[in-house]
Amino acid sequence: MVALTSPDFKRRASRALGDARLQTALKRGGSGFHSKRSQAIAALPEFERLRDIGRDIKNHTLANLDHYLEVFERNVIANGGQVHWCADAAEARETVLRICQAEGARTVTKGKSMISEEIGVNEHLSAHGIVPVETDLGEYILQLVDEPPSHIIAPAFHLNRDDWETRFRAAHTDLPKDRVFHDRRDIMAEARGKLRERFLAADVGITGANFLIAETGSSVIVTNEGNGDLTQTLPRVHIALASIEKVVPTLEDCTSLLRLLARSATGQDFSVYTTFSTGVRRAQDLDGPEAYHVVLIDNGRSNMVGTDFHEMLRCIRCAACMNHCPVYGVTGGHAYGWVYPGPMGSVLTPSLVGVEKSGHLPNASTFCGRCESVCPVKIPLPKMMRHWREREFERHLTPSTIRTGLGVWGWFARRPGWYRAASRIGMGALALLGRGRGRFRSLPLAGGWTEGRDLPAPEPGGTFMARYAAAQRNGGRR
Amino acid sequence: MSSKDAILNAIRRGLKRGPLPADQRAMLDGRLATHPRHLIPARSRVSRPEQIALFVRNLEKEFATVERVPDAESVPAAVADYLAAQNLAPRFAMAPHPELTSLPWDTRPMLEFETRRGEAEDAVSVQHAWAGVAETGTLLFPSDPTRPTTLNLLPETEIAVIRASAIVGAYEEAWDRLRAERAGDGPNPNPSGGFMPRNIMFVTGPSRSADIEQTLELGAHGPRRLHVVLVEDEPAARSALSEGDPRPEAAREPVARPGQIANPAD
Repeated sequence: MVALTSPDFKRRASRALGDARLQTALKRGGSGFHSKRSQAIAALPEFERLRDIGRDIKNHTLANLDHYLEVFERNVIANGGQVHWCADAAEARETVLRICQAEGARTVTKGKSMISEEIGVNEHLSAHGIVPVETDLGEYILQLVDEPPSHIIAPAFHLNRDDWETRFRAAHTDLPKDRVFHDRRDIMAEARGKLRERFLAADVGITGANFLIAETGSSVIVTNEGNGDLTQTLPRVHIALASIEKVVPTLEDCTSLLRLLARSATGQDFSVYTTFSTGVRRAQDLDGPEAYHVVLIDNGRSNMVGTDFHEMLRCIRCAACMNHCPVYGVTGGHAYGWVYPGPMGSVLTPSLVGVEKSGHLPNASTFCGRCESVCPVKIPLPKMMRHWREREFERHLTPSTIRTGLGVWGWFARRPGWYRAASRIGMGALALLGRGRGRFRSLPLAGGWTEGRDLPAPEPGGTFMARYAAAQRNGGRR
Repeated sequence: MSSKDAILNAIRRGLKRGPLPADQRAMLDGRLATHPRHLIPARSRVSRPEQIALFVRNLEKEFATVERVPDAESVPAAVADYLAAQNLAPRFAMAPHPELTSLPWDTRPMLEFETRRGEAEDAVSVQHAWAGVAETGTLLFPSDPTRPTTLNLLPETEIAVIRASAIVGAYEEAWDRLRAERAGDGPNPNPSGGFMPRNIMFVTGPSRSADIEQTLELGAHGPRRLHVVLVEDEPAARSALSEGDPRPEAAREPVARPGQIANPAD
């Protein structure tokens, strides 16, 4: 399981800012995501209307979530599969282990799945002598270097090409030491060869699920590499891990959401492989698994239903919010300290692990609103981060300096006359001190601000309110 | 209390209600049974020739290659010529689908093939595409005994044969066709009596990854090449295909190449 280090966000973020290699990786990746997404959306005039439809489909599903989950279960069973309801992470990883043990599994291949990071499947299987092998290219190298993903759709976002070469040389010791990696294709070809052996040897394949379909009892995965399909097709047993909010009613509902997903995520019109799996191998089939298990995981989500964070359950994990977040763009994903980084993580992590354990995450935002404006299902992420900040304050989790500062500000803010007087005095003093310089390199009590940037000195002419009043007197012009 | 009950109870508590009353459940089951369509983008709501041209254009945009042949009898020659042009041995694993096995393969005696599922050592597969979706240039492969899933995954090169008449505009049309063709007693009956095959893959181009430095490379785990042989079994398709893309070269979308930084500004 990804160790929770969210309370350490501030320190980790500072370290990330000073990490030149990480900054190179972040700059390279970010702009590509932006321009590809905007191109894909420009080519689909209906995109805005589809966002409303996506939001409405998810709202309808959540309002009837109990019913659709039961219909889904019935249809999985009718197709020869099994559903395992798991209240928390411990129950889910134990369920996966029991299925693997019952099959006498020695190795397990895995497709990319964030819920599997959340429940800590790999560590649990390893501890019981079963070898889990990540097969998504990005997840594969992260497993080699024992690091968690830093992005929900591009897990190795933080690595550079030479990291791959170094780590492949260290891990693949059976290959010639003097081999040359001419380009990225050579790195990928080496991983392809190594993972082929693993796909063929695996007893169980574990995937996540982008959607579950109530109507048909299907699990859906969306990938570009094809690793998820090899994972769920070749072994005797397929286990699909899915959280409860992944269910949608029909194929048509899923199709509408799929039109949003790839465009918002990678800027593709459609991902290369979108696959619907329904039950077990049929009588005359030449391939496919003989057992199909869906591990249906709650782990805190049912407690979000009907709360201020209900709408977060619409999330389809496209990563557009983090791709467009100015904070994520400079800190990367590891600073957030748990499975889900970026704005969606800043809302979801406190919901799942508790606000007292997720530290500064709701504060890791400039409230610029880009996350909400790119969200394919219109989740009001800034509003929900504000809710978390309020709770943090109510529960006295905020540091005392901030509480005192806010208290002082609040006293003035409730007394407009005093507020104006105080700001007039403060501005006058700053203007006097900053005369001729235009800015401050340092100021007493404001070291946190001036450490990274200058504070502009106020321009002459008084406060906004004073100027506004003067303009009103001069004939109502602003 | 079982975890199932605990989860369902917690959801109902959050929704401030108990289990749904019978009339509500009946309404939801009605929605499932009628599975209403939502908005379908206008891009595929075009004439039949334009629909097929859109399908081809989208396939090529996603790095698949397409060859159009006038009739099914021309498929063996198209396969043989493609393999020769790619410097590949004239050997492949083929789906045991009647539309493929009935082709006049003996006109190309150099071609060696076996009809079976895909295996790890296969270099080339010849697969039957059940439908194509013009909206995004997507091929549909529902699994059944005549269309094994492994043929879409294990070979380095996948050759998909599709009839122009199997191309639809939007995904929703393919779902309707699947429901109509496979309800109850299809070629491989669904134990639930439903229409879903065990597996249905929507494939849009060859396998790829941008996990190394967010730069696109083809051939991650699945096929490195996807070649589509399009059989013009529909007069409307034929007229469209002979015209190709009616726009001048300069008016077409710029196509990113694999290996380029995944940034269209480059």
